[in-house]
Amino acid sequence: MATTPSRTPAPAASEPFSLPTWLHGWVTTADHKRLGVMYILAGLGFFVVSGTMAALIRIQLVVPNNQFLPPEMFNRLFTMHGTAMVFLVGMPIIAGLMNYLVPLMIGARDMAFPRLNAFGFWIFLFGGCLLYFSYLAAPGLSGAGSAPDVGWFAYSPLTGKAFSRGHSTDYWILSILISGIGSLCSAVNVIVTVVCMRCRGMTLMRMPLFVWIVLVVAYLIVIVLPPLTAAQIMLLLDRFLGAKFFDTQAGGSAVLWQHFFWIFGHPEVYILILPGFAVASEIIPVFSRKPIFGYAVMVGATVMIGFISLGVWAHHMFTIGMSAMSNAFFATSTMLVGIPTGIKLFNWLGTMWGGKIRFRTPMLFCVAFLFQFLCAGLTGIMLAVAPFDWQLSDSYFVVAHFHYVLIGGLLFTIFGAIYYWFPKVTGRLMSERLGRWHFWLFALGFNLTFAPLHIAGILGMPRRIYTYDAGRGWEIWNLVATIGVAFQALGILFFVANLLWSSRRGARAGDDPWDAWTLEWSTTSPPPPYNFETLPTVRSRRPLWDLKHPSDPDWRVE
Amino acid sequence: MGSRLGLNSPIARVAAIATFLEGPALLAETHPVANIFKPLSAPAEAIHEISILALLICTAIFVVVGGLLAYAVVRFRSRPGDDTSEPPQVYGSVQLEMAWTAIPILVVVVLVVATLRTTAAIQNAPLPPDALQVRVVGHQWWWEIEYPGLGIVTANELHVPVSARDRRRPTAIHLESADVIHSFWVPQMAGKTDLIPSRTNRMWLEPYQTGTFLGNCAEYCGTQHAKMMLRVVVDTPEEFDRWVAAQKAAPVESPAAQQGRDVFLQTSCVNCHRIQGTSANGVFGPDLSRLMTRQTLAAGAAANTPENLRRWLRDPATIKPGCLMPNMRLTPTEVEQIATYLETLR
Repeated sequence: MATTPSRTPAPAASEPFSLPTWLHGWVTTADHKRLGVMYILAGLGFFVVSGTMAALIRIQLVVPNNQFLPPEMFNRLFTMHGTAMVFLVGMPIIAGLMNYLVPLMIGARDMAFPRLNAFGFWIFLFGGCLLYFSYLAAPGLSGAGSAPDVGWFAYSPLTGKAFSRGHSTDYWILSILISGIGSLCSAVNVIVTVVCMRCRGMTLMRMPLFVWIVLVVAYLIVIVLPPLTAAQIMLLLDRFLGAKFFDTQAGGSAVLWQHFFWIFGHPEVYILILPGFAVASEIIPVFSRKPIFGYAVMVGATVMIGFISLGVWAHHMFTIGMSAMSNAFFATSTMLVGIPTGIKLFNWLGTMWGGKIRFRTPMLFCVAFLFQFLCAGLTGIMLAVAPFDWQLSDSYFVVAHFHYVLIGGLLFTIFGAIYYWFPKVTGRLMSERLGRWHFWLFALGFNLTFAPLHIAGILGMPRRIYTYDAGRGWEIWNLVATIGVAFQALGILFFVANLLWSSRRGARAGDDPWDAWTLEWSTTSPPPPYNFETLPTVRSRRPLWDLKHPSDPDWRVE
Repeated sequence: MGSRLGLNSPIARVAAIATFLEGPALLAETHPVANIFKPLSAPAEAIHEISILALLICTAIFVVVGGLLAYAVVRFRSRPGDDTSEPPQVYGSVQLEMAWTAIPILVVVVLVVATLRTTAAIQNAPLPPDALQVRVVGHQWWWEIEYPGLGIVTANELHVPVSARDRRRPTAIHLESADVIHSFWVPQMAGKTDLIPSRTNRMWLEPYQTGTFLGNCAEYCGTQHAKMMLRVVVDTPEEFDRWVAAQKAAPVESPAAQQGRDVFLQTSCVNCHRIQGTSANGVFGPDLSRLMTRQTLAAGAAANTPENLRRWLRDPATIKPGCLMPNMRLTPTEVEQIATYLETLR
């Protein structure tokens, strides 16, 4: 970009490459970009591990009465898969995207607290490794159990000393508690950075939607992680000091844990899906060649989703025997979330309408996201109908629903984000051809796996069963679901190959390969450690549009 | 499928009852596919109605919005011959925003009203005072079933009478748990309700077709959550009365089973199991007083056949790995003796 003033000469390549120096640079860095990349790579590493676990689960369920895995191992696998996918894959990749992009998008040189940022990453990584370490260490001297086997929401009293001997549950508590510290660090950091470090001219209503949405996400993290941490500490007290908060045999309450967990757990779903919205809100306009439709409404809808999501948690508990009044309240509040979510979907549609849509890989993932998230939202509405939920809750329908949210919604946009910002991070474009293979294989495999599971749930198949009898109508759906896994795995293989190949041989990207409009594209690819030579000044939501179209700048119409 | 439809005809119904009279092994008909869209009981029927409403609304939204998305993707894709100019830059539209805010609100209002009505109708439904009362207690990994008014204790198979249009025979179920959370789910009968320790939940059934209906524990409860299965056997009123009478009858002493009875009472079986009329009074495991009247062993883990019974006695883990009944290390002779004894408990 000739118009960009911040280009810097590449650092002199005179020093020979030395592995210790290179490693030392990464380990001691406080640069938001390097930390962002490390968050994402760590998240992708955990993704491969817990994705493999999911594949084992699907192999066990491919036919009725399969003997592939014993029940104990199966229960550990789904617990580790769920826990890791939420806390060690979703959260860090989101933290990585926020870390990498927020300072670049608001024209800042780094996050507000670079060293807190580094601390957050390393404490998260430690917590993540601790979870897997349980496979080795949890049996302890007593030899009871190994990895956690209580499910990712760890309902009491199954987690009490009486039913969970050994230390597997302690590892679950501690690793999540510790990696949660990392999430809190990055959330606080994002809030302070966005509030205090925007460049000149960037009012709140001129921030890219990505920044707005992750700001809401960061607030949600700060509000809802503490209840989880509190509950986990109470559970630790129960397990080690006999505190009996959740010990039903001594007057404790099993339902109390559920309230604590879901006060965290439901907003957590929005913490995970909102960054997906954030990515889509950047990619869809650029590849439709139009500004986001209804920016102010999108901001309002995001804030509304954030607020409402704090009051819907007990829709995970429609079956615990709440009064009809409570059920009615939570059914209503849950359906209300559908309104701002619907508004968002319509605004993305409005953005594409009348555009010139370029179907590069990032956009392919975002279009699939729109369709799949539509499905996920609609099955979510069905689950909000409390009586319908009495049938569907804890069945495979729910499994299908939330995988449509978290894979069809979040993971697809994460892939889109990686294809979109990879050239900024590495200076090289990812291969479009490998990207298409990745997209089509993964989209096919994902839908093949999870669409049939809706039907298995409707036919009465509960989740978390390690085997099932023949003749209950579940065979064909489970068979198809497992076949889908092969396609997903193949897609991921193409993705990994693409990452490795493109980071060395990809075509040179230049500063602004997508002809985009936000500030991160105004600096070099990769950006220098200080991001911008001179801090930019903006006059509209699309500063680069203004630069490229001086006769028709956005600030005239906004 | 065909045979189930066939049951609707009076002739098939009579035939089914006739089959039952020949032997309890062929109880009416089993419905193995627990399709929530084929309800055969009052609360499940009410849920089915609102489910269809929700499904229709959601399908309509999917068709409209999905169709618009597909149209936009095809119609507005950039084509090879296009010039490089940017399309018209449109920033928003107040009218459109108002329209697509109003429409979701209307949909939500419809669904909320329907949800509130059905929720209250099911949860606050008045049951007749003579409704059958049952207490179901969840255990890792089986169901204890007690009929307090009738003095019957059994396990894993809930017998209830069928309701007719002119004679309602609903069953009120009180749900408790002895250890962790379980969930009672027989989809064609009713939605699921959790069994939570130190709490009593309530649900009810009002089936209008006879047969055996399958369900599962629907809340993860530990190692053998998968094999904590559940059956509701819906009897005609006459069948049900007969079943009650049989459960309450004095146990029959069989001289052939004397040896097995002695072995049973001398091993630690008695610590966990109860057999009416003996010194076996354990409460950790299922009551075995009428074991032979049940269709399955170990909460649906295996059919109740002589062969499976012996396999179970030799080593329960071969049928239900991880279950709480230990391998008692019985000799083959003892297995045979105890099995012979248990087979007299009908």
